[in-house]
This record gives sequence, structure tokens and C-alpha cells, in this order.
Amino acid sequence: MKISFHLNAKEVSVDVAADRKLVRVLREDLALTGTKEGCGAGECGACTILVDGDPRLSCLMTVAQIQDRHVTTIEGLAANGEAHPVQEAFIEKGAIQCGFCTPAMVLASVALLDKNPDPTRGEIREGLSGNLCRCGGYVKIVDAVEAAAIAIRRGNPK
Amino acid sequence: MRDVFLPRSLEKLWTYLDESPGALVFAGGTDLLVKTFNGFPEGEALVCLDRIDELKEICQQGESIWIGACATHSGMVASRLVRNTLPALWKAVGEIGSPPVRNMGTIGGNICTASPAGDTLPPLYAMKAEVEILCREGARRLPIAQFIHGPGATGLQKAEIVSAVRIPKPQGLNLQHFEKVGLRSALACSVASLAALARLSPDRVVEEVSLAWGSVAPTVFTCPQAEETLVGRPLCAASLREAAEIVRHRVRPISDVRADAEYRRTVAGNLLLRLGTLS
Repeated sequence: MKISFHLNAKEVSVDVAADRKLVRVLREDLALTGTKEGCGAGECGACTILVDGDPRLSCLMTVAQIQDRHVTTIEGLAANGEAHPVQEAFIEKGAIQCGFCTPAMVLASVALLDKNPDPTRGEIREGLSGNLCRCGGYVKIVDAVEAAAIAIRRGNPK
Repeated sequence: MRDVFLPRSLEKLWTYLDESPGALVFAGGTDLLVKTFNGFPEGEALVCLDRIDELKEICQQGESIWIGACATHSGMVASRLVRNTLPALWKAVGEIGSPPVRNMGTIGGNICTASPAGDTLPPLYAMKAEVEILCREGARRLPIAQFIHGPGATGLQKAEIVSAVRIPKPQGLNLQHFEKVGLRSALACSVASLAALARLSPDRVVEEVSLAWGSVAPTVFTCPQAEETLVGRPLCAASLREAAEIVRHRVRPISDVRADAEYRRTVAGNLLLRLGTLS
């Protein structure tokens, strides 16, 4: 089945079985391996992508459901070669350990800051509550989102 | 491989269901797709309702609030109408799963999944909600307690969908509460939950009360005996203790990976005791 959608601001079409798991199509057919498949059951958030700007789980979607939607994966954040302020902040604050949760954590943070540019630490925790970090590095992740919020509000793209 | 249909209108939906009467209908997919990606049930086509806009609306109709089956949990959290008129449901949907799960999962899906731990269900039972069922030939309505038969079992027939839930607007209630106990605050199934709606007199005498628990029986647990114990008396530790004792006797919890039955029994009572601490 031919499925057309917007992926990281480009129009793409794939010809695949309609019931394939979206995360597999992203990774295996489109070579976008930033999106991770963790639990496959909606309990870890590692496969989070943005669909029309909102975080959704690509392990719980068939590829057919993405028809005509706008999908952002982690690869789409730095499409022009320059890291997104949230990515910068994650690097600066050392908010990465093994890195498996990081792409999803970053995307969830971007979506959160889009809706709430000045979140409290509690609101950041709530906003990222769908993403597990099994290294347990949550404190630095919250630090990074706080720092990114400040950077974005200052209009500093770095 | 299964076909996946994305009808954009009810008319298209009925056509698909005529062609594939055994199709599995879903909205957010947070429950069903976990199963289908693991290969069961086999072979049936999938029909996703998520593009049918008329199933997403949330509005007031007379003395009822009408919530389309495909309204997402996030959509309900964002709805001023739900927040202001149905605070117990609003609290419950805000605690379901996680932000991405709430962006996908819907109230219709939560109802049709008919999990004993479905977090929208205790408020819907406590508010005496009705489920609207639609097929090509027409619509019917069932009280939610009659629609849900058991874990994963509902009164939905082939070629029917749940189109909406209709909730009588709570009138004159000054206590509208939901509390969920899970093993952590997010991404956690309820171990026990309680929706409580009550009308209290100025001196806190219970004039009317409706209680419904999740995760402590095969379906949402209601307890007219506990409600009768509370009515006509002040909402205080003594009356709540008495009612909680009745509840602990009557719940039918199971032991599973999340909690054992005795713990659920205890928490079911304790959730009621905590009503005494609400201002």
C-alpha cells in the first residue's frame, strides 16, 4: 500500500504493508534509526515521535495511520545541521547516559516547550512522564529542559 | 498482512464494515495494537476511526454532556466543558497512561477495552453515563453498567461502534472526586481507584452520594450498601469507616503483578476514608 506523508518537513511516500508498525518502517525502510523501539507496549516512550506536533508512540501505530500527517523524528530537529536548543541543552547539561531514551526525551521536551515556554520543574516532569530513562538520569534531563526553555525564550537559537 | 482502513466519514465506515464484517475497529490503538502487533487475533482487517471528525466532538446537549467516542484523553483534559462540568472525569483522564498515550487513547476506546482498570470508567459509572452505539441502521443507548459485561467484554455487536458517551450533567454536587492509586504516578495501571460524587449540606450531611471503584472487581464496582450507610449522616471518619468496612467485604479483587488482592481490598476502603480529608 502506498502511504504518503510529511516526514521532517519533506513529502515522502512508502510502499509497504499497511499494518506494519510505524517505528519499524521509520527505522528499516527510511533508515531513521534515531527512533527506538523499547517495550512495544506504550510503557516506555522510547519510540516517541511528533505527529502534527504532538508526541505519539510509533510502536503503537500502523504505518497506514500516518497518511497525510506531519511527522517529526529526532533527525528532523537538526535538519539544517544545527542542533535544536533542546539538543544543545541536553549536551551542555550532560543529560545523556546510555542515550537510548534521548531522542524521545528531546522530542517530548520540544513538544512541551512549544505548548508551555516557561514550565516549572514539576511541569517538565509531568511533560516527560511518558518517557522512561532506565539510567535514571532524570535530574539532568529536567535541568536541560529548564535551560533550553530559557535559551528559547531569549530567542537564542543556540 | 491485514488491511488498514481509515474511513473519513461514517458512510465510508459502514461500507468497510460491510466488506469486512470481522474487522477490528479501533481509535487510538494504545490497547488493540499491542495485541495485533503480537499476531492476535489473526487475519482481520483493522479499521481506525480517528479520521471521523464527527466522533471527536465534546459538547453540551440539553442537560447532558456529549463526548464523541474519538475524543482523546488530551482533548478532554484541554476541554473547559469537561473541566468545569465533569471534574471527576477530568481528573481521571489527566492521569491515564502518559502524555503520548493521552494524545492517542480515546474515551470510546477506554470504554470498549472494558478493562477493570480503565480510568474513565469509575467516573462514568458514578455519573450514570450512557453509551451511544451506532450501526448503519441506527443508534441505541445503554447505561454503561449494562454495556460492559466483564473484562474485555461488552454488549457491542458486529458492525456496531461506540459513537459517544452521554453524561447527565451533575447537578448541585459539591464533591466530585477521583483518586487513583498506582505503583508510580505516571505510566502505571490503577491498583485501585475511586470516583465519588456527593451533595453535602452546609453542615456536611450527605444528601446524595454515588461511588464507583476501579480495579477491585471484574468490572467497575459500585456499592449501594456503602452509599446508604453514608446518606443522612455527616461525612466524617465514623461513617466513612463503617462504609469502608462494607466495601472491603464486598469487593472482588484479583492478585496480579501489580498488587495482591488483599492490598486492593485495603486500598478500596482507604480511598473512601480519604473523602473525609477533602475540604
